[in-house]
Amino acid sequence: MRRRTIYRHKLLPYLLLAPQLAITLIFFYWPSAQAVYQSLLIQDAFGLRTQFVWFENFQVIFSTPRYLESVRITVLFSTSVTLLAMGPALLLAVMADQVIRGATGYRTLLVWPYAIAPAVAAVLWLFIFHPSIGQIGQGLRALGIPWDYRINGNQALFLVIFVSAWKQVSYNFLFFLAGLQSIPKTIVEAAAIDGASQARRFWQVVFPLLSPTTFFLLVVNIIYSFFDTFGVIHALTEGGPGRATTTLMYRVFRDGYVNLDLGSSSAQSVILMTAVILLTVIQFRYIERRVHY
Amino acid sequence: MTIGQNRWLPHVVLILGVIVFVFPVYLTFIGSSHDAATIGRGQMPLTVGPHLIENYQQALESGEGARVRGTPALTLMRNSFIMAMVIVVGKIIISLLSAFAVVFFEFPGRMFFFWLIFITLMLPVEVRIMPTYAVVANLGMIDTFAGLTIPLIASATATLLFRQFFMTIPDELVDASQIDGAGPMRFFWSVLLPLSRNNIAALFVIMFIYGWNQYLWPLLITTSRGMETIVMGIVKMVGTGDAQTDWNLLMAVAMLALIPPVLIVLLMQRWFVKGLVDAEK
Repeated sequence: MRRRTIYRHKLLPYLLLAPQLAITLIFFYWPSAQAVYQSLLIQDAFGLRTQFVWFENFQVIFSTPRYLESVRITVLFSTSVTLLAMGPALLLAVMADQVIRGATGYRTLLVWPYAIAPAVAAVLWLFIFHPSIGQIGQGLRALGIPWDYRINGNQALFLVIFVSAWKQVSYNFLFFLAGLQSIPKTIVEAAAIDGASQARRFWQVVFPLLSPTTFFLLVVNIIYSFFDTFGVIHALTEGGPGRATTTLMYRVFRDGYVNLDLGSSSAQSVILMTAVILLTVIQFRYIERRVHY
Repeated sequence: MTIGQNRWLPHVVLILGVIVFVFPVYLTFIGSSHDAATIGRGQMPLTVGPHLIENYQQALESGEGARVRGTPALTLMRNSFIMAMVIVVGKIIISLLSAFAVVFFEFPGRMFFFWLIFITLMLPVEVRIMPTYAVVANLGMIDTFAGLTIPLIASATATLLFRQFFMTIPDELVDASQIDGAGPMRFFWSVLLPLSRNNIAALFVIMFIYGWNQYLWPLLITTSRGMETIVMGIVKMVGTGDAQTDWNLLMAVAMLALIPPVLIVLLMQRWFVKGLVDAEK
């Protein structure tokens, strides 16, 4: 960590740090502190009077059935997105790892969707799942399935999960492939010589060795499904129909920006911040332990 | 795994995977080559139609269809490009400087400042969106490029990455430059910066995509048509997504929204992979 030779200047290091610190303080710490402060206030409907209420906003939030409904939707949504984005990615990575020639070609063909914005991915699939003009939407209706995600909450939830996962597969694929390629081939071959079947070699040798990558991706995907999927939901369903696709993040946006209930929105932000900090701390602790063993 | 494997199975699975990714982009491209009526009837063929050039011309120059009132995609792309570039260049410059300070200087509060930057890694802008919006509004930066970019420029990721890299630079290099009479800023310009080329390229790719793909932030910050970025612009144009809208135009704009970042990933793939893997370590 420490270097032997370092510069000794009184002012210069502070000047170098100044731009980064200024932006961080103004646009990061100040608003975060504001969020915490506002979460302890109640503002009347006209924004004329504010009252300090301690944790009343939180109490109200946790006793609101609609908030608990969003929690349930978020858990279902995030679990599904994470599994659906990681499972196929692992399968593709294992397959690409087995291809001796053309592995880089397949990587090229599979990584580019990472560059598509979630909101744009939503527009692409909207065109396909549209009930009256989409290729799959029309197909489903022709099969007798009353497909219309704008009316049916379950179909809407399925669609936002599917699109969010689709966009994230390439990211996971890249990390799984890198993880697989760093596993020494000799270990796997030794297991094969011992007579382990291909499935057994994968689940008992390769998969455990891949667990640091898997765990890392698990945390990244959960955070992705919490926040980055906002664009998908906003573009496809706007949290509806009803509240069928209103995740916690979408609620923060709607209560704050549309309903202008700043106290509640800030309290919800604080809850989300706490969740992300917890996840990140868990991840760092895990990585630390991995480094030391 | 080289023993007892099935020769064709991996290729079949991988090609199926590729199809699942290419399929929606292909259909979008096809959609951008027909006229609105063909698509609105729900009878779009799976081959390229005759209206390709005029659709893109219409999208780029006016963005207005029979039922869609949009902004010319040329303006949208220009805004997205400016936003992405300012964010990228800003992030790289301030992160290089702060990493330089933290690694090569000894001063009171060094670790404190490092942690101050490091902690921001944990909270994406979405979490604190409303109060950040309020700060930008109070500073009078709504609907300006400053408001669009400056709040997103602080980067713990880039600072950490450069710090990591700077720590691998041997002390002898610093000694040598000091013997040659170079001060810290000269060392920064003539030694550190050229050595950081690969890291800068890697960060450039992932940060450009990050900037270009911003959605919620420009949605809140822009109020006039002329400031909209293409990712939010396309979603606004789609609106409620009626069957009888100008799908040909929308699909052309969607293609224009995804082509620049996809091209960057494909053309700079080596740095992209490096950037992605490094940034997450």
